[in-house]
Amino acid sequence: MLGKTAGGLFWMSRYLERAENTARLLESGQRMALTRTKNSAEEWGSVLKTAGVLDGYHAKYDDITKDNAVDWVLRDADNPSSIKSVIKQARDNARLVRTALTHDVWSAVNATWMQIDEVMKRRVNERDLPATLELIRQQAALVRGATLGTMLRNDIFDFTRIGTFVERADNTGRILDVKYYVLLPTAFSVGSSLDNIQWESILRSVGAGGGYRMTHGEKTRPSDIAQFLILDQRMPRSLHFCCRKIQENLSYLKKDYGFAGPSGEASNALYEKYLDQKISDIFEIGLHEYIQDFLADLGNLSRQIEIDYRFYE
Amino acid sequence: MSEYFDEMFNGDGSLRGPYEEIGRWFNAEDVSRLRAKQREAEKVFRLTGITFNVYGKAEAEERLIPFDIVPRVISAREWQRLERGIEQRVRAINAFLHDIYHRQEIVRAGRVPAEMIAGNEAFLPQMLGVSPPGQVYTHIVGVDLVRTGPDEFFVLEDNARTPSGVSYMLENRETMLKMFPELFSATNVRNVSDYPRNLRRSLAACAPACADGEPTVAVLTPGIYNSAYYEHAFLADQMAVELVEGHDLRVVDGRVCMRTTRGYKPIDVLYRRVDDDFLDPLNFNPDSALGVPGILDVYRAGGVTIANAPGTGIADDKAIYSYMPEIVEFYTGEKPLLQNCPTWRCSDPVSLSYVMDNLSELVVKEVHGSGGYGMLIGPTASKKEISAFRDKLKARPANYIAQPTLSLSTVPIFARSGLAPRHVDLRPFVLVSPDGIKITPGGLTRVALKKGSLVVNSSQGGGTKDTWVLED
Repeated sequence: MLGKTAGGLFWMSRYLERAENTARLLESGQRMALTRTKNSAEEWGSVLKTAGVLDGYHAKYDDITKDNAVDWVLRDADNPSSIKSVIKQARDNARLVRTALTHDVWSAVNATWMQIDEVMKRRVNERDLPATLELIRQQAALVRGATLGTMLRNDIFDFTRIGTFVERADNTGRILDVKYYVLLPTAFSVGSSLDNIQWESILRSVGAGGGYRMTHGEKTRPSDIAQFLILDQRMPRSLHFCCRKIQENLSYLKKDYGFAGPSGEASNALYEKYLDQKISDIFEIGLHEYIQDFLADLGNLSRQIEIDYRFYE
Repeated sequence: MSEYFDEMFNGDGSLRGPYEEIGRWFNAEDVSRLRAKQREAEKVFRLTGITFNVYGKAEAEERLIPFDIVPRVISAREWQRLERGIEQRVRAINAFLHDIYHRQEIVRAGRVPAEMIAGNEAFLPQMLGVSPPGQVYTHIVGVDLVRTGPDEFFVLEDNARTPSGVSYMLENRETMLKMFPELFSATNVRNVSDYPRNLRRSLAACAPACADGEPTVAVLTPGIYNSAYYEHAFLADQMAVELVEGHDLRVVDGRVCMRTTRGYKPIDVLYRRVDDDFLDPLNFNPDSALGVPGILDVYRAGGVTIANAPGTGIADDKAIYSYMPEIVEFYTGEKPLLQNCPTWRCSDPVSLSYVMDNLSELVVKEVHGSGGYGMLIGPTASKKEISAFRDKLKARPANYIAQPTLSLSTVPIFARSGLAPRHVDLRPFVLVSPDGIKITPGGLTRVALKKGSLVVNSSQGGGTKDTWVLED
C-alpha cells in the first residue's frame, strides 16, 4: 500500500470520527444551555474550548453567543474543524484513497458529504439543529457499518481503525480536559442538582448515559464517571478501550508487515503509563495533569505512526 | 427530411435495422417510468462520484456528465469496417512515431515537411533514438470518429496522448444493465467490461526488460482536483494497481519507485495521465509539482515503461493530422480505410486566404487545443465572434487549422418532448501492445444535448450514451 494511501485512510477516519464527536458535543451543549439559560455564554465557551476552536472563534467574533457558537462549530468555512469542514476533508481523503475503499464505504462517505453540504448551505436554525445533529450521527454510523461490514481485514482496515481510535481517544480526553474540575472530589460536590446536570452532560457528550447506568446504576458519581470514561474496558469511547484498539491494530500491522516501528512500542508504553492503574491513583496524580500528559503522549504516538508508515515522506 | 443522417430513423420514419429492437422497446415503455429511470441514473452517478471538475471554476464544483438512456447502436458490419480502419491508422501512427524519433524516413521522402516535425511544440528531441519496449508508443488511443451518412465515417482526431472517457463507456454500460436488463436479453450486445483487464494485460506486456516477475503497473494522476480524477481512480481500482501522484514517486537506484508503507517499491509500467510537460521537472517544465524528477532519464535507460510514451503528442497534433492520409499510406502501403476530414493549414498563405474568406462556413481549431476550447464554429458564430477570430488568425496563422462543418449524424435522445435527434460522435478505445491491437467493441458516444449544436464536448454541455456494437 502507498504511504499516502495509509495517511488518507487514517485521516479520513479521524475526520469522520471528529464530525460525530463534535455533533455529540453540540448536542450536549445545546442541552446544557437550555437547562442553564443564565450562564449560556460560559457553557458555549466550554463547548468551543473542548472542540479546540475557541481561538478561531474569537478571531471572528467578540462575544460568545449561542447562534454564533453553533454556526462556528457546525458549518463555518473559516473554521477548519467545523463539522462541515471536517466532513469535506474526510470526503477529499476518501477520494484520494478511493481505490482502497469498497464501493459501499465510498458511497457512504460521499453521500454524507452531499447531504451535509446541502443541509448546511444556510445557517441552521435552532428548530432544525437536533435533526441536523442526528443526521451527522446517522451518517457516521452508516460509514462505520459499511466499513465493518464490507472491508477486508487487512492493512487498509488497520489504518482506518487506528485513525478512528486515535481521534476518539483525543476527543474523550479533551472533554475531560475541559471539564475535569466538575469531577474533582471537592467538599462542595455533594450531588447538588447543578452537579448532576454537569455530570450528565459529560456522559451525554460521549453518548454514554445508558452505558453508565448499566454499569454503575442510576446514581451519578464523579469518580465513577471518571472511571467509566478513562478506564472502563467495555465502553467504546473510554481512553482504555481506544488505546487497546490502537495497540491491537498496530500489532496486526506488525504481523502483516513483519516489522514494527517505534509506534508499536509507544502504544504499549501509552497503555502502561496511563491505563494500567486504578482511578484513585489517577486522582492522586491530579486528573488535570494526567489528562494533559495523556493527550500530549497520544499526539506523539500519532506522529510516530505517520512516520513509521511513511504517510508523507 | 432532415439534412442530417439519423442513425435510428430512416427519412420515412421507419427504423433502421440496428435500432429495431430499441425502437420496439421504447414504444412499449411508459414515458413516466423512463423519466424516473433517467433520474435514478443521475442519482447513481452522483453518489458513485462519476463527476468531472470544470477548469477555471470553483474547486469544489464537480459536475455530472449528463447521461442519455437511448443507446447508440452500431451494426456488426459497420463495426467491422471501423475496426479495420482504426487498426490500420493506429499501426501507422506507431510506425510514424518510431520513424520521426529515429531516421525520419518520411521527412527524407518529402511526404511531411521537416519543419512540421522539428518546429512542432509536441515534438520531444529527448525522445530521439529512444526505442520504447515492444516499439509501442501509443499504448492507449481514443480515435474520435464522426459519421455523415450510412457509410461515411471520418476521423476527426487521433487522441494519442492521454485519451479520456473510457470510464464513461464502462459506467454507462453498467448503468444500462442495471436499469434495463430486459433490453439486453432481447439483443446481442457485445461486452465491454473486460477493458480494464485487457488494459492491465496490454500494459504489462510492454514492461521493460528489467521487470522482475509479474510487472508492477501503476496509474499516475495529477490528483483529486484533475477533471478526469474519477477515471484515474476507477481504472486503477479495476486493474487492481496503485494510483500514484508525483509526490509518491522518486527515482531510487535507476528505477522509478513508489513510497509504500513498507518502503520504496519499483514500478515497471506507469500509465500516466499527466501531460508530457509536467512529467519531469528536471527535463521539462521545472515548475511542475505533478511529475517525478529524473523519470525521463530512467525511461531513456530502459528502467520504466511510460504509457503513452513521451512525445506521442506529435501524432495527434492538429497540423500533423492533415498529413494522416500520407502517413497511413507511407507506413502501411495501403490506402487509408478511414477518411480524414479535409483540412486547411492556415500556415499556408493560400489556405489562409481561403479560410479568411469562408470563416462563416468553417470550423477553425487551435493546433494544440483540446476539449472544444478556443475553437470557432463558423455557421453558429456571431458576426462579432467571427471578426474577433479573424484577428487571432491574422496574428498567428500557424496556430490554426480549418475544416468544413461536417454534417454530423444524429441519434435521438430522450428529451422532454420525447425522442429528439441530436448530433453525436464516437470515441472507440484502442489498446496497443506487442501482442497486437485490441479495440473494445463500443466506445464513448458523446452527444450535443442542445438542439442543433455540433459541439459534443462535456466541457461545453455535451452528454454521453451507452454505445452498443451488435453481434453478427
